[in-house]
Amino acid sequence: MDQTGLRFYKSSFLLPGLLVLLAIILFPLVFTIRVSLSGWDAISPGLNWAGVRNYVIVFGDRRFWEAMLRLSGMAIGTVLVQYVLGFALALLVWREVLFRRFFRVLFLIPMMTTPVVMSVIWRTIFHESLGPANDFLGLFGLGPYPWLTSANWAVAAVMLVEIWQWTPFMFLLLLAGLLSLPREPFLAAAIDGAGPIRTFLNVTFPMLAPVSIGALIIRLIEASKIMETVYVLTSGGPGTATETAGYYIYIRGLRDFEIGYAAALSITYLVVMIVLMTVIAKLLVRVLVGRSA
Amino acid sequence: MPLLSILKYLAILVWSGFVMAPLTWALTTSFKTANGVTSGPTYLPWIGYEPSLAGWRSLFGGAGGIDIVRPYLNSVIVTGSASLISIVLGTLAAYGLSRFSYRTGFVKNADIVFFFISQRIMPPIVLAIPFFLMLQFLDLLDTRLGLVLVYIALLLPIAVWIMVDFFDGVPRQIDEMAMLDGCTPFEAFRRVVLPNSLSGILVAAMFCLIFGWNDFFFAFTLTFTDTQLLPVAIVSLNSSVTPWWSLSASALISVAPLIVIAIVVERLLSRGTLAGAIR
Repeated sequence: MDQTGLRFYKSSFLLPGLLVLLAIILFPLVFTIRVSLSGWDAISPGLNWAGVRNYVIVFGDRRFWEAMLRLSGMAIGTVLVQYVLGFALALLVWREVLFRRFFRVLFLIPMMTTPVVMSVIWRTIFHESLGPANDFLGLFGLGPYPWLTSANWAVAAVMLVEIWQWTPFMFLLLLAGLLSLPREPFLAAAIDGAGPIRTFLNVTFPMLAPVSIGALIIRLIEASKIMETVYVLTSGGPGTATETAGYYIYIRGLRDFEIGYAAALSITYLVVMIVLMTVIAKLLVRVLVGRSA
Repeated sequence: MPLLSILKYLAILVWSGFVMAPLTWALTTSFKTANGVTSGPTYLPWIGYEPSLAGWRSLFGGAGGIDIVRPYLNSVIVTGSASLISIVLGTLAAYGLSRFSYRTGFVKNADIVFFFISQRIMPPIVLAIPFFLMLQFLDLLDTRLGLVLVYIALLLPIAVWIMVDFFDGVPRQIDEMAMLDGCTPFEAFRRVVLPNSLSGILVAAMFCLIFGWNDFFFAFTLTFTDTQLLPVAIVSLNSSVTPWWSLSASALISVAPLIVIAIVVERLLSRGTLAGAIR
């Protein structure tokens, strides 16, 4: 095939998708950067020029940085729990277990359900006097707890819902990884007389390191967007106890209509996230792969 | 090791209980009335409370609920079309990225793949305001077409990400053979590669459908009343005097189709197709 022909085919495969995505995404991004340099709000809407004033304010905005810190804590906390539980569940239904295909389907269900719709249901579950959460804990003589109205319990409630929703995603990726492992290393370990714990530490876990890294990073990226759960369950409250960065930007931008300031918050958030994710990815590779090497 | 076996099944059952708890609660609540709800948490119909079909009736224009048919249809149309377009464009782009090498200045294949995937890092809120203004400018606010455009931006990266990995695992020889037989790259792709990639496309389609169906934020910020999608309609029931019964019934009916997807995903998983598609 001649060069022009090849170029034609190359472009016609890639370009439709690439151009569509660029067209949809590029305008918003460039526009947000421009808006972040303006003082656009409810009183003076429009693209005036305010320089970097918004960014200076962002820098000293305690509420924003506290929301970032809270978000990081919640995201890392829930993702780690999801990873441990997801790994355990994947190991449980990996091999000779009765009805394992039934349980695999069952374990996948939460990630298929609409987070915001389930959050509405969870809100009824956490109802202090009419909900089953306190009723259930009452069986063990615990509670009743102020699930959505006290700061610590509200954080716990949001995290519990996130764990219910997204542990299946970890489970899915890790089980797919487990099912694709070759048999030989396990036979070798068995011949060496390794017990289940040693086999796990020396064979299973190291061989799943690449899958683990991928799964953790994807989940961290998605968890950094925790917002819908918060919106429905607690509206960021009580006070600002469950306010995540995304929810704070939403309040400033689409509720108070401080578009310029919200854009500056968004760009700051995006930059911080990209830097953090890159560092975390590097760290994970070092911890998980370095360990097994 | 019978003790270990018992513990294993116990763990499986405990987790199954936790998974099913909210759904079971929603199921039983959907048959309650105001009396059944305010008398405290009860679980069994006839024993704990007097069951009624009011919650389910309210979904189809009954009192105190939402008419669910229109939002349902909107959700099906928007999610379906956005997923279909994303799969077509994403599969083509992924095939190109997997088989040819692109080079423009310092931008190479890996950078293009990264550009696609990096869209997932973008928090929805960053995009919401510009999307709002963009759709307003195009006169597409509160329309299905506007939402489809936005959802393509969300779903196309997922399709590309899954399909690039998938095509990397499909041996190059099969398309080279077809081209030696005189096929153009298009024909080779359509006649030989595509039929061998259906399971990968199915995986990508599942993920597009899940993420499209479950989005709330964009549907919430970019529509008002005409093009309400399902999650927005359901959340609009969430207020200080929420009718728990309608809420539960509508929640169940909205997650029902995705349970089918759970079954399909499990089939792909147990056949080992997913392992090739997700790495």
